[in-house]
Amino acid sequence: MSIQSNNLKTESSTALPIHVQDLTKKYGEMFALDSVNLDVKSGEFLTLLGPSGSGKTTLLMAIAGFNRPDSGSIRFGDEEVILKPPHKRDVGMVFQSYALFPHMTVAENIAFPLKLRGVSAAETAERVATALKTVQLDGLGDRDIEQLSGGQKQRVALARAFVFRPRILLMDEPLSALDKKLREQMQIELKHLHEQLGVTTVYVTHDQREALTMSDRIVVINKGQLTQIGTPNDIYNHPANAFVADFIGESTMLPLTHDGSGSLYFEDNLIKTNYKTSDAKEWSLVIRPERLTVVKDGQYDPEKTIVFSGVIREFIFQGETAFAMMSVNDKYTLSFRFGTDASSWQNALKPGDLISLGLNRSDVIVIPGGREL
Amino acid sequence: MSVLNTPNPDAEDRGVEPLNEKSLRAQDVQEQRLLLSLATPAVLAVIAIVVIPVGWLFYLSFTGSDGQLSLVNYQKMIEYKSYARTFVTTFEVSILTTLICIMIGYPLAYFLAMLPERLAGFFMLAVLLPFWTSLLVRTYAWLVLLQKNGILNDFAMSIGLWDSPLKLVHNLTGTLIGMAHIMLPFLVLPLYGSMRKIQRDLMHAAANLGASPVQAFWKIYFPMSLSGMVAGSLIVFVLCLGFYVTPAVLGGGRVVMVATQITAILENQFNWGAASALGVVLLVVTMIILTIATKVFKLDAVLFGKR
Repeated sequence: MSIQSNNLKTESSTALPIHVQDLTKKYGEMFALDSVNLDVKSGEFLTLLGPSGSGKTTLLMAIAGFNRPDSGSIRFGDEEVILKPPHKRDVGMVFQSYALFPHMTVAENIAFPLKLRGVSAAETAERVATALKTVQLDGLGDRDIEQLSGGQKQRVALARAFVFRPRILLMDEPLSALDKKLREQMQIELKHLHEQLGVTTVYVTHDQREALTMSDRIVVINKGQLTQIGTPNDIYNHPANAFVADFIGESTMLPLTHDGSGSLYFEDNLIKTNYKTSDAKEWSLVIRPERLTVVKDGQYDPEKTIVFSGVIREFIFQGETAFAMMSVNDKYTLSFRFGTDASSWQNALKPGDLISLGLNRSDVIVIPGGREL
Repeated sequence: MSVLNTPNPDAEDRGVEPLNEKSLRAQDVQEQRLLLSLATPAVLAVIAIVVIPVGWLFYLSFTGSDGQLSLVNYQKMIEYKSYARTFVTTFEVSILTTLICIMIGYPLAYFLAMLPERLAGFFMLAVLLPFWTSLLVRTYAWLVLLQKNGILNDFAMSIGLWDSPLKLVHNLTGTLIGMAHIMLPFLVLPLYGSMRKIQRDLMHAAANLGASPVQAFWKIYFPMSLSGMVAGSLIVFVLCLGFYVTPAVLGGGRVVMVATQITAILENQFNWGAASALGVVLLVVTMIILTIATKVFKLDAVLFGKR
């Protein structure tokens, strides 16, 4: 999406940070939000990522004002908003269902927040036109909502959410109803739109790939608690625990033992030395499938590479990559991926093949605890 | 069309039938015939109990007492003031009943639509319960409640609400109370249906965009519930136009509607022609009103299932 106009831009001074403090919400005996603390920086794109029922939507709805938490504080900048009704919070929101008003045209939908704010007819028309242009729907203002495709509805919902220049933009799984191709295209567009608007954005998704693609920072939520906050790179390469490692990307987790002097072993393989082992009783090695490569005997540097040997059990062609599972000692299963370019494809593996897989020591991820079952 | 479906060009050149084309088409035709045959009983019933009697009524209305074709029945309707009064009363009662139903029914349907679905089902029973009891029983029950020494007057006077019995029955008031009670479900059901279809997200979106609850209601909720309300109102209104039992019992002869008049003509004069003419005029007027309402409110979608 190209930059069409500068007057959409929220001046950085008005993009607001969000401070969530000790926010708690219980449904019956279950904590939807368990004393959540979160600071969203001014102008950043922050994604709340978690499985369904993790509390991510509850948190977003609390920020928007659609549910009433049991206790805690939400501040936009310096202003406490926890008691403010939603229509006075002045945040834009894109709903999962789009929530477009079916009895209004595209332009009327987008003009709705402007009319409520008493913007003059001339300025409303101008801002609606600019917003339509920004989401690449020029000239579709007179259409009925029913006439639009899913992707177009999505764009209208987006335009309606930012046309009144809110200082905070919230999005609740806005792309989940689109097909894969369109979704991936919209992810890039949303990212660019965010750069263009400069507005503080909180985005909810259960799609880890979407979160990795779009976010400045990701908050991983599970069971009403924030599990980890970090950049996409941090979250993927330095997961805080088994839940994050498992939820973000593919991974294999292997149990580690320590020798009492700070070294961690998998079976007889030394994985890591000088590890501060006082923090936990159990440790696991997290292996990303794409970081494993097939190695031949004597053709690797044992200083730099950890080698696992085993038997291929499963082999699946998936297009751009192939996916295989290797059984180690009939006890552990390692997943790995490799490209399907002609050169590696010629070495295609069959179930039953004996192979060795190498993991670069710099790719070693050690987490406290084991896999939660 | 996928590449796999490209017809084989050779087949056409040689004049060969596409594979199984005839048998597949035959299956299509057979399915349609089957569907049609399912509708046959209903079509026959409509012809037997609607088309033929209405046609006969129509014919009778243009027949004089001597059995010859004449406009005498329609002339009488214009000459005698009582006929005009009957029509005015009929529309007055129908419009008032519809308005009362809207005033009571809209908040009720809104309340039901806001409830969780299971709870709404329970409360809906209260609305539907009258449907399962006899119309006559309900009407006489109102008589018992509302009459001069009825339960309502006795109770109100005993707690000092009013001093002498109010005239609540055998007049327009009683008729409207009874009819509104009987008609209410016909308004609430379609209205509730259209309200249930309004996603709660829409109200959230309206609030999020800056609309106060009152603004959100009038700008979003009300326009979206309008189709259900108009549909329900039309059903109530049209049913009221031809209503007999309740105005006859609770009106006590003072509220003469078309149906009451028709009965009177048949019982007193045994004049089928005059009675038929009244029926025809009512039918035509109703159809005109429905046509106009459909045009004005763009009700095609609601009433006829068009998209």
